[in-house]
Amino acid sequence: MDIKDIIKPENLVYQKTPLMTDNILSYCPGCGHGTTHRLVMEVIEELGLQADTIGVAPVGCSVLAYDFMNIDMVGASHGRAPAVATGIKRCWPDKCVFTYQGDGDLAAIGTAETIHACNRGENITIIFINNGIYGMTGGQMAPTTLEGMKSSTSPYGRDIATMGYPIKMTELVANLPGTYYVTRQSVHSPRNVRRAKKAIRIAFENQKLNKGLSLVEIVSNCPSNWKLEPVASNEWMEEHMFPFYPLGDIKVDGKLVNNQ
Amino acid sequence: MKGAIVVDIEKCKGCQVCRVACPNDVIAMANEVNHKGYHYAYQENQEACIGCANCAIVCPDGVITVYKVKLSD
Amino acid sequence: MKELKLMKGNEAFAEGAIRAGADGYFGYPITPQSEVMEYLMAEQPEKRTGMVVLQAESEVASINMVYGAASTGKKVLTSSSSPGISLMQEGMSYLAGAELPCVVMNAVRGGPGLGTIQPSQADYFQSTKGGGHGDYRLIVLAPSSVQEMFDFAFLGFDLAFKYRNPVLVLSDGLIGQLMEKVELCEQQPRATQFDRSWTLTGRPIGMEKNRVTSLELDPGRQEQHNIHLQEKYRKCEEAETRFELFNTEDADYLFVAYGSSARICQKAIQLGREEGIKIGLLRPITLWPFPKKPLAELAPQLKGILSVEQSAGQMIEDVKLSVGCSVPVEHYGRMGGMVPAPEEILENLKKLLIKK
Repeated sequence: MDIKDIIKPENLVYQKTPLMTDNILSYCPGCGHGTTHRLVMEVIEELGLQADTIGVAPVGCSVLAYDFMNIDMVGASHGRAPAVATGIKRCWPDKCVFTYQGDGDLAAIGTAETIHACNRGENITIIFINNGIYGMTGGQMAPTTLEGMKSSTSPYGRDIATMGYPIKMTELVANLPGTYYVTRQSVHSPRNVRRAKKAIRIAFENQKLNKGLSLVEIVSNCPSNWKLEPVASNEWMEEHMFPFYPLGDIKVDGKLVNNQ
Repeated sequence: MKGAIVVDIEKCKGCQVCRVACPNDVIAMANEVNHKGYHYAYQENQEACIGCANCAIVCPDGVITVYKVKLSD
Repeated sequence: MKELKLMKGNEAFAEGAIRAGADGYFGYPITPQSEVMEYLMAEQPEKRTGMVVLQAESEVASINMVYGAASTGKKVLTSSSSPGISLMQEGMSYLAGAELPCVVMNAVRGGPGLGTIQPSQADYFQSTKGGGHGDYRLIVLAPSSVQEMFDFAFLGFDLAFKYRNPVLVLSDGLIGQLMEKVELCEQQPRATQFDRSWTLTGRPIGMEKNRVTSLELDPGRQEQHNIHLQEKYRKCEEAETRFELFNTEDADYLFVAYGSSARICQKAIQLGREEGIKIGLLRPITLWPFPKKPLAELAPQLKGILSVEQSAGQMIEDVKLSVGCSVPVEHYGRMGGMVPAPEEILENLKKLLIKK
């Protein structure tokens, strides 16, 4: 069979969603941001929500998310996205409101906003990209940087005695009664991408239930600041990040999953 | 199933995550580079492609479009 | 039949917000303005008009909730006092940079730092000259009565939406706690139509998406944006300067004072005139835009101007700029929460300007 017979519109299996713009993504080669952006937009498209969705972009590598996601978006100051989303959702309870944040935004400067939005059970969705490092500003230590992991501000490895422990924000907020669905996924392999998309879909469908906040953490790579090739960074992530940040559902339908 | 992929060569960043994701070793990285200097992905082994779309769904830049036909047997 | 009520300044502001058709209030308690949120929570405006009232986890969160709701075209406000307003500065710079409308009320208290809970006017610089980073201005309204606390909720939103800029209602601990008669006006309906040219509502099919941000990485475009903002501020200066004159027709000496200081100066004028000293008052109602022209126009008839402010002297700089070197200008005021008496203002007018 000639390839020309296969490449025909009627044989189309997969194409990038029109809810991603045609702009070249500003992310580094192999970075999980791009994949996650696309999954969120696919879910919005499939649920028919684009006319009612308002996204909140953070400060971090994804500060320009509004150049890539073809929906109405507002850029928040660093860490404040959950508060910005609260202001929007409280005034527009029928809209679909989500934040898209990195580990510095959500777990360092934005800790209070994250915890209190969860505590109030705001009916929003938080997409949390955790790559254990500060990407945009050049590879400094993040609250989620692993013990012993090197960064530009922990050049000898994270030292618990002086720098504290890596923080598991996802488990922390799962213990707040205001969160309804809390899960941790990844997007580095096809199987994980499919699972992550299912999780993101649940997180957005949950907004209609008015039962609280849904948070999807995506453990992701940062090839540039981990100083690894993209494929090698995914292997490193499997070997080092997943044991500390295990993938899977942590809270479903308002209840903690067993052995949490 | 016979599949085929189309790669947006100028947007590909040569990260190789698609090559690893493909179950049938269809994808390789070109010796040539695009205008950004990346060795872009292409289907070297098109005969083996089954149109599973693993490559496309894992691509961080969404540069792959996938087609497939069911072979009637 | 007029609707009259005896109210506290903070409460009048809150009632004004409800009746002006506000969509939401997001705030954090701090003395001396916690009554704003307490009143709103007790009034349950969600039942009256559907207005949202939410106590946030901090002032930082409050101003960012305002930012979020404002980006969708909603009429929203917050209030705080000096230390909390300091926390909101980043948010106000973002609101101005992103050209979003909102109202922020500051019930100024003695500072710096945690300071006192008594009244002060030492946030003038923060309000009119900066506070947050970058080239922006807040439109600043200075109420000096409980009635104006009610009225400026309406005026604040009107100006905020007219210029797509945050408006600061610069009250103080005295005006906030003062109880006076207020004439309340009718409830204005909350907006149901939104200007799709800039608000975020969700992207209608077939229409371009909107984006609200203050980020612009290209310096050429960012300069154009700043030029546009400056043009906006010029237009506002030309059209929105507000002030009040009191006994200035034959005045030899002029008090320039706003807020609670203006009220006290009115008594000082009465006392002075009983002694034969012809004193008048120019009360700026907008601190930005500052009433430069009316002040300059009065200068030729004056022998001296006293800037009366409860601070180390901040507005005096704008007074001096307005009159150049044509008239002697001095400052009198107490600091740290101390409120001057009319007699001491008169004494110091004499000491600083009359007996040389």
